[in-house]
Amino acid sequence: MLAHAIFFYFFSILAIFSALMVITSRSTVNSVFFLILDFISVGCLFIMVGAEFLGMILLIVYVGAVAVLFLFVVMMLNVAQQKQSWFVGQKSTHIPSGLIVSVLILLELLVVVGGWKYKENIMSSSNLVIDKSMTNTHSIGSVMYTDYILYFQLSGVILLLSMVGAIILTYRKRENVKTQSYLKQISRDKASAVMLKDVEFNKGVKIDD
Amino acid sequence: MDYFITLINEIYKILFLVIPILVSVAMIVWLDRRVWGLVQKRRGPNVVGPFGLFQTLADALKYIFKEIIIPASANKTIFILAPIITMTLALVAWAVIPLSETLVLSDINVGILYLFAISSLGVYGIIMGGWASNSKYPFLGAIRSAAQMVSYEVSIGIIIINVLLCVGSLNLNDIVLAQKNLWYVIPLFPMFVVFFISALAETNRPPFDLPEAEAELVAGYQTEYSGMMYAMFWLGEYANILLMCAMGSILFLGGWLPPLDIYPLNIVPAPFWMIFKILFLFFLFAIIKAIVPRYRYDQLMRLGWKVFLPFSLIYVVLTASFLLYFDKLPKGSF
Repeated sequence: MLAHAIFFYFFSILAIFSALMVITSRSTVNSVFFLILDFISVGCLFIMVGAEFLGMILLIVYVGAVAVLFLFVVMMLNVAQQKQSWFVGQKSTHIPSGLIVSVLILLELLVVVGGWKYKENIMSSSNLVIDKSMTNTHSIGSVMYTDYILYFQLSGVILLLSMVGAIILTYRKRENVKTQSYLKQISRDKASAVMLKDVEFNKGVKIDD
Repeated sequence: MDYFITLINEIYKILFLVIPILVSVAMIVWLDRRVWGLVQKRRGPNVVGPFGLFQTLADALKYIFKEIIIPASANKTIFILAPIITMTLALVAWAVIPLSETLVLSDINVGILYLFAISSLGVYGIIMGGWASNSKYPFLGAIRSAAQMVSYEVSIGIIIINVLLCVGSLNLNDIVLAQKNLWYVIPLFPMFVVFFISALAETNRPPFDLPEAEAELVAGYQTEYSGMMYAMFWLGEYANILLMCAMGSILFLGGWLPPLDIYPLNIVPAPFWMIFKILFLFFLFAIIKAIVPRYRYDQLMRLGWKVFLPFSLIYVVLTASFLLYFDKLPKGSF
């Protein structure tokens, strides 16, 4: 158990430390790097409690895709300059909304931590049978696609909708942009591509509409 | 005391895995350059050692003795961390690759997810190196490669789902054993092709080497690196390529299984077949590098999102319906 304890404390201290560094570090890019470190250490904690599927999915989805896009955006926008106007200016509207959100999260945490001692009652009241011999990938699959299929599908539809919405909000069809059309290029032949024209003096021809 | 014995035992096993990989990376670079040269009717490296085999070792020696230059405006920590991350991630993934049924460092339940996770982390080495260099070409290269690797990961993920549907387990040994009668390259041949091309894009190999397109971006994210740090990027890149070849041979070519379970073939030891298949896939990688021109960036994105993604999604539906209709879905032991 000693090795287990050492690894647990190592990863949890790393997780808390990097979570603190996310909000305290000066440079936004460093914050994102610490966020990634946090994701990785939480993933390792998941693996340590035996939820290896969740841990790996956390690594794949959050570290492999979401955090890359975070990093991408933070590097592209120069957030360091905008930071000034948020806190120094009088018109700051971010602090009240931030406060509301953090109070809500605190309440949620209180409920979770407070309800921890009733964990056994909740577990015994549910009619889910936990089969110890299954790997947790199999057990998640067998529950997700049977008992919770509606919620699963619903969350998928919500994600799809938000993706479509984001595309509709940001997509602008620009006029007069030359795009490559493979069909047009392939279907071009000698008859349509080569033509003979009498060019009038001093007028020229118009090529390639 | 027990812990120490286990620890030393594990370290010994890890060294026994890592050192052959590093040596084979050196050999594979030689093979790559040699094939490239022969396709172009050149000789390739043939001076140092027999057939030029020690060329890469000589190169590595040269890199070790070169000065490491860190640009004045670079973010020092991240700049140094980037090549280390690239190389570590490339080596760490080998822990789960089975060379035979027993010859594997850790035979974990979610082997294929682990491989996928590690290969998707590979983008950080590049993006950190590009950003920390604080220079325009590395940054452009890093942005390109981030977008490219994220896009092609999606299709690789869906291809893995195809294989998993047929296997019913995430364990790499189970995936290999499930191909005992039929390698998945036969029923899933289109997926093998898509996987191969996505692997090229994922490892930034030509024709998808846009992150380091020398004509536009000098050397992409590696522009500011020198000496051993550059060599580490380079080693990591080739170790990643070998890893992708190993993944391809496990998913589609039956891993360490012999092609046919008949007399002269099945007495050959299993690691030989695994290494042979990895080398075969790498040979294809090397040939592609020599014969295909580089893609344009918008074509690359189009191929990833508009061709491969819908195609592999449709193939998932087809595979699932086929398995369901003929009642061939893996029942498993659970």
